[in-house]
Amino acid sequence: MSVELRLPTMLRPAVNGAPSLTMEGETIGEILTTLVTEYPGLSGQVLTDDGSLHRFVNVYLNDDDVRYLDKLETKVADGDVISILPAVAGGAS
Amino acid sequence: MTVAKNILETIGNTPLVDISSLSPNPQVKILIKLEGVNPGGSIKDRIALSLIEDAERTGRITPGATLIEPSSGNTGIGMALVCRVRGYTLKVVLPQNVSIERRQLLEVWGAQIIESPGSEGSNGAVRMAQRLAAENPDWVFLYQYGNDANPRAHYEHTGPEIWRDAPEVTHFVAGLGTSGTLLGVGKYLKEKNPAVQVWAVEPPTGEMVDGLRNLDDGYIPPIFLQNGGEELLDRKTIVGPKDSLAWTRRLIDVGVFAGISTGAALAGAVKAAQLIESGTVVIVSPDGGWKYLSTGAWTDDLDEVVERAKRIIYF
Repeated sequence: MSVELRLPTMLRPAVNGAPSLTMEGETIGEILTTLVTEYPGLSGQVLTDDGSLHRFVNVYLNDDDVRYLDKLETKVADGDVISILPAVAGGAS
Repeated sequence: MTVAKNILETIGNTPLVDISSLSPNPQVKILIKLEGVNPGGSIKDRIALSLIEDAERTGRITPGATLIEPSSGNTGIGMALVCRVRGYTLKVVLPQNVSIERRQLLEVWGAQIIESPGSEGSNGAVRMAQRLAAENPDWVFLYQYGNDANPRAHYEHTGPEIWRDAPEVTHFVAGLGTSGTLLGVGKYLKEKNPAVQVWAVEPPTGEMVDGLRNLDDGYIPPIFLQNGGEELLDRKTIVGPKDSLAWTRRLIDVGVFAGISTGAALAGAVKAAQLIESGTVVIVSPDGGWKYLSTGAWTDDLDEVVERAKRIIYF
């Protein structure tokens, strides 16, 4: 599966400034593992040493937070958009 | 209806209204709980009262106290109302980029506004309030993001009101924010019926994320962690400003004049209705539309309003 992976500003320096990358893989976990392998500057930033998602990172498949889908095992389809975003405090409150 | 002893007694017991004519699935009902009818104009009146009464009971605040709270608007307005009635001074740390009406309402109730950088969003307001509270130990910082009296207000009141009015509820959809509404209502409804699904909607982080230098500037509300938020929520979905505004406008067709985050919750409910066969989706409308008139949300070209909405905090 070929997907678009979007990165937040703070992580772009580690991928030579690219706002998004085209990635291949079957699951979110596979794609993120490929990402940190290809760009070692991101290791420890997106996935922790034990391979789980960094607590301050939210990963969205299209618009849905993958923590509430099948986490890293969430399957992707051709043309999906995956976004990595930092956890921030909600608004109105 | 009896006579309320004072305005604070009118907080809560808000109406639940059937707006199923907006449902894309005839087998799915959509009910909306109108929190804009609270005296300070939003759902946050509930937690303002809960936080302050809890602090009075435990002796954290005494007559004449000064309170400080970070808020992008509604909690500050609710607390300003309660503080005015109870005789406390309130300082609100407010991001610069909130709608003008939120600022005006804080001034109406006599709150003192301390501005935090708009580029840092709510995170920046939280950080500044934490710093100011540390520098001024005589100020009381009730900290809505970390105070259990926030979700408790919804566990003890908002949740039971929904269960009383609509025990057929299958899905509960609300904005994330501090997570207090979702945690309190979600926990209550799941205790009554474990099959109830709890869905969070959130705005895209947008430009405010650019103010973060690294991931460790990230933030998860302590109440979310303390109350097992990750286990409680069944889904969390981003709703962008265009969908939020479009659904806020659709609500006018059924006579509901609500704030922009209500449109986001409705977009989430519509998504749920499309994914399930049948059921009853209850959404929360955090506030009415009054505070967003200056954004042109109902009157101006939709694309122009979307661009404007990206620069203000409307959730």
